[in-house]
Amino acid sequence: MKRYVYINDDNLASDIYCDNRISNRKYTILNFLPKNLWEQFSRFMNQYFLLIACLQLWSLITPVNPASTWGPLILIFAVSSSKEAWDDYNRYLSDKEANEKEVWIVRQGIRKLIQAQDICIGNIVWLRENDEVPCDLVLLGTADPLGFCYVETAALDGETDLKTRSIPSACMGIDVDLLQKIKGAIECPSPDKDIRRFDANMRLFPPFLDNDVFPLTIKNTILQSCYLRNTEWACGVAVYTGNQTKLGMCRGIAEPKLTAVDAMIDRLTGAIFVFQIVVVIVLGIAGNVFKDKEGRKLWYVQYPKEGPWYELLVIPLRFELLCSIMIPISIKVSLDLAKSLYAKFIDWDVEMVDPATGIRSNAANTAISEDLGQVEYILTDKTGTLTENKMIFKRCCISGRFYGNESGDALTDALLLNAVSTGSADVILFLKVMAICNTVIPVRSKSGTISYKALSQDEEALVCAAARLHMVLENKIGNILDINFNTSPMRYEVLDTLEFTSDRKRMSVVVRECQSGEIFLLSKGADETILPLTYSGQQVRTFAEAVEQYAQMGLRTLCLAWHKLEEDEYQEWASMFKEANSTLVDRESRVAEVCQRLERDLEILGVAAIEDRLQEGVPETIETLRKAGINFWMLTGDKMSTAIQIALSCNFVSPEPKGQLLIIDGKTEDEVCMSLERVLLTTRITESEPKDVAFVVDGWALEIAHKHCRKLFTELAILSRTAICCRVTPSQKAQLVELLKLCDYRTLAIGDGGNDVRMIQQADIGVGISGREGLQAARAADYSIGKFRFLKRLILVHGRYSYNRTAFLSQYSFYKSLLICFIQIFFSFISGVSGTSFFNTVSLMAYNVFYTSVPVLVSVLDKDLSERTVMQHPQILFYCQSGRLLNPSTFAGWFGLSLFHAIVVFVITTHSYAFEKSEMEEVGMVALSGCIWLQAFVVALETNSFTIFQHLAIWGNLVGFYAINWIVSSISTSGMHTIMFRLCEQPSYWITMILIVATGMCPVLALKYLRYTYRPSKINILQQTERLGIIEPQSRSSSDKDPPTLSVYEPLLSESPSATRRSVGPAQRFDSFQSPSPPDSTHTRKDN
Amino acid sequence: MSSDDGSSKKVSKKPRYSRFTQQELPACKPILTPALVIGILMCLGIIFIPIGLLALSASENVVEVVDRYDDVCIPSTDQKVGFIKDPATNKTCIRTFTIPKKMRKPVYVYYQLDNFYQNHRRYVKSRSDRQLWNPKAEYSTSLCDPEGQTGDGKPIVPCGLIAWSLFNDTYSLSKNDAALQINKKDIAWRSDRTHKFSPNVYPKNFQNGTLIGGGKLDENIPLSQQEDLMVWMRTSALPTFRKLYGKIETDLEANEKITVTIQNNYNTYSFNGKKKLVISTATWIGGKNDFIGKMYMAVGGTSIVLGVIFSLLYVFKPRPLGDPSYLSWNKNPALD
Repeated sequence: MKRYVYINDDNLASDIYCDNRISNRKYTILNFLPKNLWEQFSRFMNQYFLLIACLQLWSLITPVNPASTWGPLILIFAVSSSKEAWDDYNRYLSDKEANEKEVWIVRQGIRKLIQAQDICIGNIVWLRENDEVPCDLVLLGTADPLGFCYVETAALDGETDLKTRSIPSACMGIDVDLLQKIKGAIECPSPDKDIRRFDANMRLFPPFLDNDVFPLTIKNTILQSCYLRNTEWACGVAVYTGNQTKLGMCRGIAEPKLTAVDAMIDRLTGAIFVFQIVVVIVLGIAGNVFKDKEGRKLWYVQYPKEGPWYELLVIPLRFELLCSIMIPISIKVSLDLAKSLYAKFIDWDVEMVDPATGIRSNAANTAISEDLGQVEYILTDKTGTLTENKMIFKRCCISGRFYGNESGDALTDALLLNAVSTGSADVILFLKVMAICNTVIPVRSKSGTISYKALSQDEEALVCAAARLHMVLENKIGNILDINFNTSPMRYEVLDTLEFTSDRKRMSVVVRECQSGEIFLLSKGADETILPLTYSGQQVRTFAEAVEQYAQMGLRTLCLAWHKLEEDEYQEWASMFKEANSTLVDRESRVAEVCQRLERDLEILGVAAIEDRLQEGVPETIETLRKAGINFWMLTGDKMSTAIQIALSCNFVSPEPKGQLLIIDGKTEDEVCMSLERVLLTTRITESEPKDVAFVVDGWALEIAHKHCRKLFTELAILSRTAICCRVTPSQKAQLVELLKLCDYRTLAIGDGGNDVRMIQQADIGVGISGREGLQAARAADYSIGKFRFLKRLILVHGRYSYNRTAFLSQYSFYKSLLICFIQIFFSFISGVSGTSFFNTVSLMAYNVFYTSVPVLVSVLDKDLSERTVMQHPQILFYCQSGRLLNPSTFAGWFGLSLFHAIVVFVITTHSYAFEKSEMEEVGMVALSGCIWLQAFVVALETNSFTIFQHLAIWGNLVGFYAINWIVSSISTSGMHTIMFRLCEQPSYWITMILIVATGMCPVLALKYLRYTYRPSKINILQQTERLGIIEPQSRSSSDKDPPTLSVYEPLLSESPSATRRSVGPAQRFDSFQSPSPPDSTHTRKDN
Repeated sequence: MSSDDGSSKKVSKKPRYSRFTQQELPACKPILTPALVIGILMCLGIIFIPIGLLALSASENVVEVVDRYDDVCIPSTDQKVGFIKDPATNKTCIRTFTIPKKMRKPVYVYYQLDNFYQNHRRYVKSRSDRQLWNPKAEYSTSLCDPEGQTGDGKPIVPCGLIAWSLFNDTYSLSKNDAALQINKKDIAWRSDRTHKFSPNVYPKNFQNGTLIGGGKLDENIPLSQQEDLMVWMRTSALPTFRKLYGKIETDLEANEKITVTIQNNYNTYSFNGKKKLVISTATWIGGKNDFIGKMYMAVGGTSIVLGVIFSLLYVFKPRPLGDPSYLSWNKNPALD
């Protein structure tokens, strides 16, 4: 599908394509109510409640006033509807603001000021500096004589650096006044969401140019929501408008994620539903039998001899309505409220604010906090996640000579400085490539200092290092580039840029030296893509060894190379390049293919090594989380040796003898499968030993393993607690997440860059680090944090508390509903199984909405253990991970408790309020009060820490209960008139309450005490330790905290086939093997 | 200047610190130490047993005479239902009993019905409170079926099964051949007299149908003075219940002989219900009811026993709380 845009054609276009009205709204005023209700009623729970509410309208079967269900139902719907409406209204307001913003466009050859929403496809839009771009534009002209402009794309991809955009070559040199009259056609793809691609062509109509077709790329566009910076003005033609812009297409509604806890609650709800149906059927049959056997004898009931056809259904339906409260209508609201508070706690947490940048943590998804506490696997990116992504040029190897090995910093290496000052040709060429071969933009501030804006941290590191070595990149205006070496200026013209892609893993520029007119190709890239491209004579061994050596230190390496081009060779290639660049279909691979033709016969100049330091607190975080039973997988695009080195230094894998690395490799299917089987065998054998076994796999082997030996690989994934996957692509990352999810593990993916987005979206929980690679990951994620080390707190503190609280909240909700429902069921046995309600309408309605939901809601503030204790004993997370606090057996406990309490309340009430005191309203109210008292004490007994809010809610709720009932009792038309006043005057009422509480709570307290003292759970022990102030023996923790004396800069593992096993350094012996017989190698270790 | 701006921006971006947002509110964190739990149980026992004794003695002080008469006040034929339904039969029945202990005034006279489901779904809903209070609402009888309107569509006041089945046995008591006055005033709840049953609503078309249920009402007396009806219409939650018939405003001495003349009108024979006449005094916990006292004794006793057991366990099988060596990961570093 293509679209044709006719520039400046006022007659056409406006009808075919949508206008520029942005609409993020879900609803309109008219369709809000039906659409919103439809959405709400598509959930099973809501359908159930609606059905119950409708049944209640039939007065023959309703036990109570329909208001008891309609009231809460309408309240719940009103709350969620108004939340939706409010969100939608805010979206409308922001849309309106954007739509009504005034912009300059050209109509009928005249510049006019119109509202942004009236822009049509083909209109020419004029922007001034710092204007926001109202729609996707193809640039036609800028204030810059060379046709450049700068845009900030932060709103689009989160990258804060300035990007250059240029006008298409066709529009070069057109006068400003003529621009308004420009005519032409643009052929571009239908709207899509790829913000990095725009494969289009432009043709200008006479008199501007002939019929030549010019290619357009994303470089020629400025997209909606970007800002024009450092450019006086720019103008462009609108190609995508309204919701069809790249930004608009990117906007998507994320699929709501369901947590494990939610799934469990759904299952329990289902079980209760089945139980309810059984109760209804049994009681329905019993009721009909009683009616026929006994009921007809009760003359005062006047059963008709012949009933209507539905008579048999009446009693079961009555019981269905009576039992409908078994499924608590309030649970959804309570949980939603609790969950949004959990999310707020994460937002508010000052301990998770990055002190360096002030970025705070944010929970974008408020619904899945419990899952944080149940994480079993963490899949983490390396660069920018574990490391700081703050690149510093550390070492280099230029033509076989190593710099920076002694001092650890090449920039202070006297040898290098000496070489620079003496003007060694190799070194200068190396520095030139560092300074030129990049897309960095130098920005000169008013004071004259130069700062660099770069897309890639590596490039910035290289340019800065070059500048420190007196090769200063001074200016880049258009194609002209000025560098200054030791105050002698040089000027280059950039002819072409062969861009970096993750497939090519290299980038090159073609430059012409302005003085001599010579043309060079300068390249830099990963070793495995650059080294094979050398001319046949060059010895690459030293470079390969340098790469190896640097990688083992955990440094990132880049190979720098060059190649001199002949004029005609270049010209021939340039036309091919231009052609490839203007293809519409599959442009990327065509371009890559053409680039390959030029990037050959390179001469390697040297290897630059860049250090990416570990983030603060990463090893401790990983150690703590691993103790908490969470398995870590590292997925990185980096080299294997770098990855292993980083893994070692951040406690990812333990050094020998505790740890062992198993490598899966191979180039063919058979090799990979063999290797996989061997690794699996070793893993199985070592499983019984207290030993950390990790496997390492690269992207290639992973692909094969995933395709051909899926079963084996899955088994390995289950067995192995740690894995390092290197050289993996974004989609492979997502595949791995998918694999673990299929094995029923809760996965958390954490990353910081655009390449992690798919993995983050795929995982149960996605965590994004708002880092230097932009906000893309943080935006796609459910949680965004500033630094990796906050993950510890996110999981151990917030996740754990959320899980514990929700577990209590949900089970308690069922407990209280079951409690009142059991009482109703018991009552039906003494009311002739006729389906009379024991409680009146007001009580039933208020029971769920007020009396029982307030005290339990403050359980969202409960803390079973202090944060410090949890951090010291991360193992306690095990209780959450394995779902020990919310599962069918704990639920059975609550079920039993509610049954017991129902018996207590019912028996005591009916016996102490017997005979002359057995008035219906009074007895009902006594039983209700009994329930309220009991549940207050149940909440109190289950609460671990009482803050002022807990006291207020638990005891204040009791006061509230009496206040509400006094108010209702003073209304003369209510059925409850004077009841509460009468009861409160009776001493027997109060002693009945005390009796109910004591009888109900004594056994619970005794049982809990016995368990707490004689079979305590780990949580209980820690509670006791914490609160009794017992000091733990320090020996364990000190030996644990003793960090393994690791020095990152020692080679640990060699990729060269000769060194299959090598243990290095006395402090960190590391055993690894690649192929020999595994059982043997687990026992043979070299000890130095 | 600009740096100042920047820093203030950063501060405002930071979440505000408060003990609530950081979940660091001061909290009291009790744990179930042996001392606390044993203390609670012992206290409970020590408090509950005296209360139980008090309640038992109060219940003991209540003097109560219960006399079942439904089986005696009927000829021992198989035609019990026929007898009771026949308006022509003489249903007078005389019962005598002795007062076991002195009964101080006021002495309450109750009737007790067993196996009578006043809480039946069909029954309990069959009333119209609007009609009872509002003279203009006599037609609001929709809830009263099948006793809402007469055959020719006139509203029945008071409508519904409850009113229709009004209890109509009467008792007249005499002590030593002297009539004992039963005060039937103020036997209903005051709120019923003032706010539920209107002084302006009079019975209408009541018990005029073909099917006669229970008692009739004097059409010249407003509902607010029909106290028997009010008592009856306070439906009972239990199938066995007592309702106040009247009060005797004199003391009854021990061993006094009481003679009751009963008009045995009410049909409990078709459903095997029992009818009893109850004469009783009342104390602070109400009528005779041993249940509360016994339960208090039982709960108090159990908690003392539990307390003692727990103390013994604590002494003989002590287990230190919060011993970190119980943490399995402290024993074995590889937790699985």
